[in-house]
Amino acid sequence: MQKELAVSADQTLAFETDCHIFDGCGFPAPGLHSFVFKPMFEVGGFEFNKAMLLALLGSVAIVAFFWAAFAKPKVVPGKLQMVGEAGYDFIRRGVVYETLGKKEGEKYVPLVVSLFFFVWIMNLWSVIPLAQFPVTSIIAFPAGLAAIVYVLWVSLTFKRHGFVGAFKNFTGYDKSLGPVLPLAMTIEFFSNLLVRPFTHAVRLFANMFAGHLLIVMFTIAAWYLLNGVGIAYAGVSFLMAVVMTGFELFIQAVQAYVFVLLTCTYIQGALAEHH
Amino acid sequence: MNALTLIAAEEEQNPLVPPIPELVIGLIAFGIVFFFLWKKLLPNINTVLEQRREAIEGGIEQANDAKLEAQQTLDQYKAQLAEARHEAARMRSEAEQRGADLIAEMRAEGQRQREEIIAAGHAQIEADRKQAAQALRQDVGKLATELAGKLVGESLEDHARQSRTIDRFLDELEANAETTAGSTGAAR
Repeated sequence: MQKELAVSADQTLAFETDCHIFDGCGFPAPGLHSFVFKPMFEVGGFEFNKAMLLALLGSVAIVAFFWAAFAKPKVVPGKLQMVGEAGYDFIRRGVVYETLGKKEGEKYVPLVVSLFFFVWIMNLWSVIPLAQFPVTSIIAFPAGLAAIVYVLWVSLTFKRHGFVGAFKNFTGYDKSLGPVLPLAMTIEFFSNLLVRPFTHAVRLFANMFAGHLLIVMFTIAAWYLLNGVGIAYAGVSFLMAVVMTGFELFIQAVQAYVFVLLTCTYIQGALAEHH
Repeated sequence: MNALTLIAAEEEQNPLVPPIPELVIGLIAFGIVFFFLWKKLLPNINTVLEQRREAIEGGIEQANDAKLEAQQTLDQYKAQLAEARHEAARMRSEAEQRGADLIAEMRAEGQRQREEIIAAGHAQIEADRKQAAQALRQDVGKLATELAGKLVGESLEDHARQSRTIDRFLDELEANAETTAGSTGAAR
């Protein structure tokens, strides 16, 4: 144990590297501890860790890409600009205009586009060599984004409908429900104002959390089983790690898409006339 | 337990409770992205997309204009051509009309001249005949008188002499008639 400590003191790997099956050491299963990092440095009690570094690096990467693509745009686009335009257009047309319409939606395009690329790149860190950690699997990151969206659509509802109108909007006020109206209003109120931001953040967080756990689990297993007869199982594990990585690539994009689609749906609900 | 799990154990917490430092960094990171896209990069690309749309639409508009102009020119030419054809037909029929008129006129003129000539011929013949008849009458009278004088003057001696005289007279008469005929022929 003393030796293990010495080896791993300055390691940032997710598990011990010298532990194999039949060596008398148990499977170093990944868990919550896989999502906690030793601070890299501390500034006045503020601990800077890997997730923060990746978040800031991701931001810089996104800005750098769009800067290269859009800073000096041309009417006849170059390759990079074309790629950027495709991504921009996909969100603008495919998400914002589809849900909010061109007239109402135009104002929210920058926010939604930023959200999509931010979430996607934060997710993508999961499969980038050396980084290999989805920033969004730390609840703070999705929670912050969900909070921005929450504040936006709640304030929009008040602005659009006034206090009473907003209350009706939140509670799904509908006279035709008759005696169940109070119950329906209570449920809707909780569902919209309290549960919605929570699910918005947790949906993204949990997907990335679980995805990362799976990849780490199979990766550790592939290494851990690499002893004696375990080698056969190690191969299967490694294959699974590769398959899961491919699957994660897909999930990352889907979750980013879902996140911005929900954002637009919430804004749409806030702008919609109540019936 | 290894070092990582030790750290984790120290800071073990509910994964659904957001740690504040991460929250702050996350918002800052998103803020950076949002700021650049919102303030600079997306307006940039929007301008260019708008320009491109205008360029494409402008091109289509120009093509439409050109097409319209070509159509107008074609219509104009067609109209001009039809007018020219019409004009040509009109001129041809006019020329035909004029030709027919001219022919009829000339035919009438020819007829008129022919009749004039014929009339003049008849008048000449009549005049010649009258003149000839008059001349003949004078000559016959004169001859008759001359013949009578000679017959009387010669006292009718003998038949032979008489016969000679008549023959001579007839010869003279003949010669006389020839010269008269020659002179009248020339006069004609």
